[in-house]
Amino acid sequence: MKQIYLDYAATTPVVKEVYDEMKDYFLKNYGNTSSLHILGQNADEKVEKVREKIKQKLNAKDHKVIFTSGGTESNNLAIKGLVYANKEKKHIIISKIEHDCILKTAKFLEKQGYEVTYLNVDKEGFIDLKQLEKSIKKETILVSIMHANNEIGTLQNLKEIGKICKEKKVLFHTDACQSFTKEKIDLEEFNIDLITINAHKIYGPKGIGALVIKNGIKLTPLLHGGGHEYGFRSGTLNVPAIIGFGKAIDVISKEDIKKMIDLRNYMIKEILKKIPTSKLNGPTENRLCNNLNFLFNYIEGESILLQLDMEGICISTGSACSSNTLETNHVANAIGIPKDKANGIIRISLGIETTKEETDIFIEKLIKIVKRLTDMSPLTK
Amino acid sequence: MQNIKYSKKVKEHFLHPHNMGKIKNADGIGKLGNPACGDVMYIYLKIIKKNEKEIIKDIKFQTMGCAAAISTSSMITDIVKGKTLEEAFKITNKDVAKELDGLPPIKMHCSNLAADVLKEAIKDYYNKQKNRKIKYEKTACYKCCDSKKEMD
Repeated sequence: MKQIYLDYAATTPVVKEVYDEMKDYFLKNYGNTSSLHILGQNADEKVEKVREKIKQKLNAKDHKVIFTSGGTESNNLAIKGLVYANKEKKHIIISKIEHDCILKTAKFLEKQGYEVTYLNVDKEGFIDLKQLEKSIKKETILVSIMHANNEIGTLQNLKEIGKICKEKKVLFHTDACQSFTKEKIDLEEFNIDLITINAHKIYGPKGIGALVIKNGIKLTPLLHGGGHEYGFRSGTLNVPAIIGFGKAIDVISKEDIKKMIDLRNYMIKEILKKIPTSKLNGPTENRLCNNLNFLFNYIEGESILLQLDMEGICISTGSACSSNTLETNHVANAIGIPKDKANGIIRISLGIETTKEETDIFIEKLIKIVKRLTDMSPLTK
Repeated sequence: MQNIKYSKKVKEHFLHPHNMGKIKNADGIGKLGNPACGDVMYIYLKIIKKNEKEIIKDIKFQTMGCAAAISTSSMITDIVKGKTLEEAFKITNKDVAKELDGLPPIKMHCSNLAADVLKEAIKDYYNKQKNRKIKYEKTACYKCCDSKKEMD
C-alpha cells in the first residue's frame, strides 16, 4: 500500500538535496567549530555561511542567529532567557493559541511570580490588536505572538503587531516554525526583535532550529558551558544539522507555495461540499498555505485518523502533541468551539510533494469514513 | 507521552463492528457518556422470557467515540447476546477490555464504558417492569473532561 502523507505540519521528510549536503559533515568534515585546526575552521566557515543565509532570508540587518535544538528550545530561550536577564520587568503578553512550548513556559513563569496576559482570539484565530495595545504596560518586557498557528493556520499580522510593540517600546518575539520559508517574514519591516525558526518543517533535519535576536538584547542562557553561540547557548554545534538547515531554506519554491494554496482551496471546497457535517476551522484568508482543519459533527477525530491510517493515509487530530493526552485542545477552546464538539477535529497539512491525485484519494476515503462513523453515532440527528 | 497502540481485536471490531444500530421498541435502553470526553454510547435490548428466565434476544449499539469506545461496544454485544440478564449484569468494563486483548491505559478511563451502558439498559428494562429496582456502581469516568486541567 502506497502511503499518503498529509501531516507536513508535524514534520517533513528530509529531501535528497538536503541529505546529500549533510552527508560529508558526518563522514569527512566532522570538525568541531571551536577547534583551531583546519577541520574545525572549515566547519566554522560553513556554519557562518548558514547564519548569513538565514539572516538574508529574514532580512535581518542587525541580528544574531543562535542555533538551538529546535523550536521548543528557541521559544524557551526567548521567553525565559529574556525575563531572567531583565529582572526589573515582570509582565509578558502571549496569545491563547500559542504552541504548548510557549504556553507552558508562561505557566512556569507565572508560578515564579511573573504576570502573563493571554490575548483572546476571534473565531478565526486572530488576536485583537486593540486588546494587545491596551495590555501593554510599563512592566511589560515582551510580546510573543506566533506567526502561523500550527493547528488552524491563522497568519497573524506581524507588521501591525511589530508597529504596536515599537511604539510602546516592548520587545516582540514570534514563533515562525510553521511559516518560515512559506510566508514573507521581514524582520526590519515587521520590527521583529526575536524569532523562532526550525528545520524539520521545511524538509531539513530534526533537532536543529534557531532563535534570531536583535543585537543588544540580553538573554540568560538556559545551557551554560563553553560559551558557544555568543554565550547564549553552550554546546558543540550540530554542524551536519546546521548545514542541512541552510540547504533546506531553498527547498520550498514560489511555485510550490502556489501549488499548495490551490490544492488547499480545492480540498476545502470539495470537503465542505461533499460532507454536510463538516465545518472549516480557521480563516479563509490570511491562512498558512498548507494548512487545513475541519470539524465533523457527531464523530471523533481519533476514529477518523485511525481508519485513515489503516488505509495508508497520515493526518493528525488537532496538534500531534494533544492526541495522546485527554486534554481538550486549547486552540479549539480559544476559537469558541464547545467542548462537546472539540473531539471531532482533524488537521491535514500539505507538502511540496502532495499531488491532486493524492488529495482526491484522501477526500474519497474521508467521505466514506465520516459517513460510516456518523451512521454509527447516537448523536446524529 | 504514551503511544496509543490498539490490539488486532480492537482494530477488527472498530472496522467491522457487530450489532451496530438501533432496536425499535426496545425493552431496555441505556445511554451514557460525555461528548466533551468524546465518548457517548447507547445500548438497546430486546428481552424474551424462557423458563422463568429473561434472556437477551437481541442487542444493538450506537456509539460516538474512539476505536476503544466503538470496539468495546461491539464486543459487549457479542459477549451478552443470548445470555440471561443475571449473567449479563455481572460483566464488567474490565472483562470487556480483556476480551479485546486489552486497551491502551489512557483509554481504560473514559472510553471503556460498555459494561456500564449495558447495566444502564438492564436497569431501564427492570424499571419498566414495575417494582423491580436495581443498583450498580459505574466504573468509567464521565466527568473528568469537564474539569479544567491545570497545566504544568
